[in-house]
Amino acid sequence: MAGIDGLNHRKTLAAVIGVGQTHHRAKREDVSIAGLCREAIDRALEDAGLTFDDIDAVVIGKAPDLFEGVMMPELYLAEALGAVGKPLLRVHTAGSVGGTTAIVAASLVQAGVHDRVLTVAFEKQSESNAMWALSVPVPFIMPVHAGAGGYFAPHVRSYIRRSGAPGHIGAMVAAKDRQNALKNPYAHLHNEGTTVETVLASQMLWDPIRYDETCPSSDGACAMVIASEAVVDASDVKNPAWIHGTQMRSEPTTAAERDQVNPHAGRAAAAALWKQAGITNPLEEIDCAEVYVPFSWFEPMWMENLGFAAEGEGWKLTESGATAIGGQLPVNMSGGVLSSNPIGASGMLRFAEAALQVMGEAGEHQVDGASRALGHAYGGGSQFFAMWVVGAQKPA
Amino acid sequence: MRVDFDYTRSLGPVLSQFMTGLRDRRILGGVLSDGQVAVPPPEYDGSTHQPVTELVPVGDEGVVQTWAWVSEPVDDQPLSVPFAFALILLDGADVPLLHAVAVDSPAAMETGLRVKVQWAAETRGAITDIACFVPVGASEVVSTSSSTEGSSITEGAVTTLITPVNLAYDYAASPEESKFFRGLAEGKILGQRCPKCEKVYVPPRGACPVDGVPTTDEIELPDKGTLTTFCIVNVPFLGQKIVPPYVSAYVLLDGADIGFLHLILGVDAAEVRMGMRVKAVWKPRDEWGTTIENISHFEPTGEPDADYDTYKQHL
Repeated sequence: MAGIDGLNHRKTLAAVIGVGQTHHRAKREDVSIAGLCREAIDRALEDAGLTFDDIDAVVIGKAPDLFEGVMMPELYLAEALGAVGKPLLRVHTAGSVGGTTAIVAASLVQAGVHDRVLTVAFEKQSESNAMWALSVPVPFIMPVHAGAGGYFAPHVRSYIRRSGAPGHIGAMVAAKDRQNALKNPYAHLHNEGTTVETVLASQMLWDPIRYDETCPSSDGACAMVIASEAVVDASDVKNPAWIHGTQMRSEPTTAAERDQVNPHAGRAAAAALWKQAGITNPLEEIDCAEVYVPFSWFEPMWMENLGFAAEGEGWKLTESGATAIGGQLPVNMSGGVLSSNPIGASGMLRFAEAALQVMGEAGEHQVDGASRALGHAYGGGSQFFAMWVVGAQKPA
Repeated sequence: MRVDFDYTRSLGPVLSQFMTGLRDRRILGGVLSDGQVAVPPPEYDGSTHQPVTELVPVGDEGVVQTWAWVSEPVDDQPLSVPFAFALILLDGADVPLLHAVAVDSPAAMETGLRVKVQWAAETRGAITDIACFVPVGASEVVSTSSSTEGSSITEGAVTTLITPVNLAYDYAASPEESKFFRGLAEGKILGQRCPKCEKVYVPPRGACPVDGVPTTDEIELPDKGTLTTFCIVNVPFLGQKIVPPYVSAYVLLDGADIGFLHLILGVDAAEVRMGMRVKAVWKPRDEWGTTIENISHFEPTGEPDADYDTYKQHL
């Protein structure tokens, strides 16, 4: 498999063999952070048919510490994560962290360091206020910041201007994802009757982003067990999700003429991912995708960034219904970030939902016959990107 | 600068019992799989990884295992006068608890010292319900009610805990930022040009994020430019400094190669457009400091809008 530097690295194949997540909610006041993580972990271990004794290492991810006000939570969580006496790593790449964490866990297996790695990501937004945590004033600078929505709204406006997309595309995405969420018992929002019209009628929060076009604040966690080919082949796991490729890229938050609509880091990561996974036409060859869409307009934006559509054309995939379940490329079958947003876990949920699809375990939101799926996450000011392709078959 | 927030902890079943116990002036330990009793009780057993389910009362007296003297207490520490932090093995426990011991001097502290709990005057379900420990036989050193007759402020199980966090920072501006802010104090907007890519950065940052070389060429920029893109903030939130609705926009000063965020006024929000030409409106000079807030806001110049092609690469 070709590495980023063009050298040929011999990697161990790795697969997801267990997936677990919480029922995401606005407030899980009945559990601590440890208990929340544990719900997802227990489900992932059960799904994998393993116990903590089988696990070699634990990799945990979460968003900025200011979100819960616990510095280095991985230290106090060691017992809850079953990590006592084992390697425990914490990963942080802002909102993309759930995806990055899964990639770090996968790399420990692919590198031949460990055979069975448990990975978990969480956020307990009810303990804090993410909007406050993301808007802490910087001295001497104009205090016009207004959370993630305030940050991304101008770039959404730029996308609309650049692409000439009709104004209802964002509402189409929101209505689709909220309808998809009705098929996912773990989703936070189960808003029946959400339509393009109701989304368009909802309050304008950060013009041009409306209330129904934004993600909720959720408490939730997600966990996966990733195992080596040798372990999988020797086990009775029937439906592993084989990892066909993983990529991460970063870039500065701001730089002169930096493309904030179609960031270079995302394009570069996607191009490398498709090559790594042996994919020449992603729209044809990928069966479904879980893409990090915290504000509805990011679906068409990321369709372009990922190479599913030409620049300026992503909205046409949405408008044509191609991204709905039953379409050419279903996107966010689970309801996506727009329906559940435990920030640190949101990226891992995308990766895990992609795995569930190729495992054939996605339940009511399963895409028939999905054999190759994309999981995607981004974070910071669209400056961290993490993505993987998983498949029902071993990579060629 | 100060950052503060009151976090709301959901305690979960184990810590809920522990905190409820403290509220009721009882200390509970968790029974681990090897039979040891740990205070505070961990939520999960480090050996079996299973939830800790059995909690037992331990004594309110114990023995100092080791200690460290705090000669200059800081805000929010258990005591405002010099005290000792100590690991205290409570009677009936096998794992020591970290807490404060109130004594007059380090000479009064020693490993093996027997100490007892001094409860806070009011207990609410927090580790601070234990005000501190005092040597057995010593009189109480902080003024609280007696250990068994104080008040409790709530009834029922304690399930959440408010934990205020205060962080005070000294903000150290870089040399380039300092120059920029000092320039603003004189009504000047200073940028820097990258010697390699020739892009002009404002505020200057000392190094080009693309080329990684020092940006040494300083240039003064006009206070006029083009609004590239914007949003209208309609949502109120905690800590917000400007009353919504307001327009937050990227302003690309003439001659600069990167926009910065500022406030747009002097025009109805619905009239704000991409490409609008804007100029700085400065506060009265006697209100100036070393801050970009010397510019109250930007407002339209009345010139025709900039052509899309002149700023599209800045989106």
